[in-house]
Amino acid sequence: MSLAKPDALKITITQKVALGLGLVGLLILSLALFNVNFPNKSIILWLTLGVITIGTIIYSRGAYLTKLEGIKNDGTWFKSISSRGFWGWSAGILLTAFYIILYFYPEYLGLGKDGAENTGIIGLFDPLSQLLSGRNASQWFVYGTLYTLAILAFGYKFFLKYRHNRYQQVRTFSVMFFQLAFAFLIPEFMYVMNNDLPYYDIKSIWPLNYYIFDEWSVKGFLTAGNIGLALLVFGILSIFVITPILTYKYGKRWYCSWVCGCGGLAETAGDSFRQLSSKKLTAWKLERWLIHSVLVFSIVMTTAMIYTYLGYKSNEFWLTRGVFITSVIALLTVIFIGVMVFRHKEFGKDAKYGAIGYFAIIALLLIMHFTGTTDQLFFIKSGSLRSAYGIYIGSIFSGVIGTGFYPILGNRVWCRFGCPMAAILGFQQRLFSKFRITTNGGQCISCGNCSTYCEMGIDVRAYAQKGENIVRSSCVGCGICAAVCPRGVLKLENDSMKGRINTNEILLGNDVDLMKLVNEK
Amino acid sequence: MAVKDLTIPSTIFLLTIQNNMEHIVIIGNGISGVTLARHIRKLSDKKITLISGETKYFFSRTALMYVYMGHMKFEHTQPYENWFWKKNRIELKLGYVKSVQTKSKTLHFNSGETLQYDKLVIATGSKPNKFGWPGQDLDGVMGMYHKQDLENLEIYAPNNETCKRAVIVGGGLIGIELAEMLNSRSIPVTFLVRESSFWNGVLPEGESAMINRHIINHHIDLRLSTNLREINADENGKVKSVIIHETGEELACDVVGLTAGVSPNIDFLQNSEIETGRGVKVNRYLETNIKDVYAIGDCAEQHEAIGNRRPIEAVWYTGRMMGETLAQTLCGNRIKYNPGHWFNSAKFMDIEYQTYGWVHGSKGRPEYETHFHWKHKDDTKCVTIAFNKNTNEFLGINTFGIRMRHETFDKWLTEKRDVDYVINHLSEANFDPEFYATFEEQILKAYYHQLQTAI
Repeated sequence: MSLAKPDALKITITQKVALGLGLVGLLILSLALFNVNFPNKSIILWLTLGVITIGTIIYSRGAYLTKLEGIKNDGTWFKSISSRGFWGWSAGILLTAFYIILYFYPEYLGLGKDGAENTGIIGLFDPLSQLLSGRNASQWFVYGTLYTLAILAFGYKFFLKYRHNRYQQVRTFSVMFFQLAFAFLIPEFMYVMNNDLPYYDIKSIWPLNYYIFDEWSVKGFLTAGNIGLALLVFGILSIFVITPILTYKYGKRWYCSWVCGCGGLAETAGDSFRQLSSKKLTAWKLERWLIHSVLVFSIVMTTAMIYTYLGYKSNEFWLTRGVFITSVIALLTVIFIGVMVFRHKEFGKDAKYGAIGYFAIIALLLIMHFTGTTDQLFFIKSGSLRSAYGIYIGSIFSGVIGTGFYPILGNRVWCRFGCPMAAILGFQQRLFSKFRITTNGGQCISCGNCSTYCEMGIDVRAYAQKGENIVRSSCVGCGICAAVCPRGVLKLENDSMKGRINTNEILLGNDVDLMKLVNEK
Repeated sequence: MAVKDLTIPSTIFLLTIQNNMEHIVIIGNGISGVTLARHIRKLSDKKITLISGETKYFFSRTALMYVYMGHMKFEHTQPYENWFWKKNRIELKLGYVKSVQTKSKTLHFNSGETLQYDKLVIATGSKPNKFGWPGQDLDGVMGMYHKQDLENLEIYAPNNETCKRAVIVGGGLIGIELAEMLNSRSIPVTFLVRESSFWNGVLPEGESAMINRHIINHHIDLRLSTNLREINADENGKVKSVIIHETGEELACDVVGLTAGVSPNIDFLQNSEIETGRGVKVNRYLETNIKDVYAIGDCAEQHEAIGNRRPIEAVWYTGRMMGETLAQTLCGNRIKYNPGHWFNSAKFMDIEYQTYGWVHGSKGRPEYETHFHWKHKDDTKCVTIAFNKNTNEFLGINTFGIRMRHETFDKWLTEKRDVDYVINHLSEANFDPEFYATFEEQILKAYYHQLQTAI
């Protein structure tokens, strides 16, 4: 509407200096990218990371501490970076390019091949890697460091932005802690203690961590002695025991917006882009097909992978191909029948899609079993399925699109459309969890702040204005809808399962008899 | 069923139904009109036409402020996607109704078009009040109500270079919202409030005083007990300054916001036979004096007020409730408009406000109503509980900076709980996000302290 840039968006001189500091840091990194060889790498590296951090801190303080506590969304849709303007598109293109290079052409980042010295940006990070684990950096170390730095620096910014909101602060502290300790430091220290162990971020759970059951990974665990075995057992328990219990009690938020690294980045560095997610009904339809297809793909792929390295005969190892495939089918059948029996009322026509998905998996598994040899699965080479998943889902979807497209499609593209872990947690959240977002009677004025700022693209208002609680499988429980609501309508709660989904319109303040009539279908 | 054999005759049959279908025309596509249309569609196959001169698609008026502040784009204020209306067979017509002829059941538009109805519903909402101030129609003088007001504001106050100062006249909910809007673009604001304290007709003293301080903390030039004398124009007919009535002081400004309340938007009914007072007069069934003509929402005026409610209720949710009620009546189940316990909410800059039941400010407080007031030392949270000093019955609560649960208070009001019960069970009603500090203990302590000193 307004072509003139509103004046409130001008930044102070302090903020300009801070921005300059951050840019200097990024400039050094990009010079390193172009193979400028710095003397005294260690100092330069610390300096670079230091100025980026300090720049972000000073900038955030200028942005939020100069104002009273409260919601700070002024000008969000006027700023180029957060409204798909020039800077938004530029950032999106740069990030996407970075991810493509990272995943597919690490040699351009200076990765030394076949034992050669690292150069460029990876070389710059060698001293830090040496300090932590006594080995040279890899592209993943560089990425991990920058990723962690982004979560910490923007986490601080988020802290200030929501300094009136304890839920937001506690949650953000949690993602910052899990990223720094579990994803970044502990794996490095584990390597120091036992270098047979494969890289393992123990909070990254299958199927998000799609390589944990790969042959090399499992072998790595098993050859690393008791600690390796313990970690492998923990990995299995995580998905089959810990996850269902925590999701039952708290909803999928315990993972997606408190623990997960993808969620951590989305909630901190990605916070400025949450309003860009599409709220259209068509986007929701696409989401449901896409995320569940990825889930089916990941289940079939993982089963197939494990299948290939298992033997036929029980005298070698108790878990044979026959036993394995039978138990997978049995488990899926138990879940399927359980859901159909206990939750059929809540499904309606979705049951059809659920059934299709279920039968597709079973059919694929059976075909696999009867056509599979050591080399061939589904009549294609066994490794192809795994590498296709790795490239298309693991790299392109979760990395290139998932993060590179933050400034275009919003900060939860991967979590919403692709993450198979989110699909499993969401399935449980929708059907077997105490979590819901309670709507506060008839207070909603349909303003749309909640929907606009929902990073998962949920049309929160559509429920709130009917007085209906929000129980959606995709909700990651970030709590921003409740924060931005000007009328105190929404509250994230863990309460009893009974009456959790009130599909009836119960707008309080209304004539009771009228509501009875409205709800007669 | 042998549907195939009957294809041709059944089509004809359907067409006949379509032609005979009752045509319900709703003037106004705000929350009242839209709720009505949606519920008629749920209950029937009647033909529905929704008329608006403001925008083709329904949007949430209360959210216009967030568009100016850059929190949302205009499309985000629309609760339904554009395909929704066609899918639900609700016809949308863009145009201003000029007059209504109830005898021939015809609407006349500004454009010269006409439209026939079988049943007519007036849901035209409000318009900003103007009290005949000299200069009130100058360029740069505006209300903050319609989408057009927002567009106007973008012209006259896009930033603090074009608009070096804005003056707001009228200290109510829209006034403070407009102040917040302008503040978000760093435009200096002078806020003229007729009362001695912000909104103190409605808010009890302690609350009103806290909001005064909050407004000032936002660097807004709040002038209490101050009235507008006149608005002066420059040579182009654009506002140049205002004169303050009490002091004669002249304040240079580029925009004047008139936010001294709203009144029903019913000028187009002047020459019709429909009975009007301040609004369109309706009975409890929302029927006007003319058969087949109804009125709902902000523009409807009850012959007699319902309980403590005002005869004209310009509140979001009452519009919605009237829409739901009238849909039943129009679809063959005639029922009364029967609102439950009063509630409302608002947000004053950063401070949220909710109210359940009745807590009176200086206006209309019954003799038996007395208050318990607690305020947090940070000066952004407070609670006022009203009760009957003779019977101790809990009458209502105002809460600032602490969210409370509607359902719980609705229940307590129905159960006619006494004030002791409410204060002792206040934690059950808390609706703040998880991990928030709670204040029930402090409130309880303050309550008993006050009680003891009172005895």
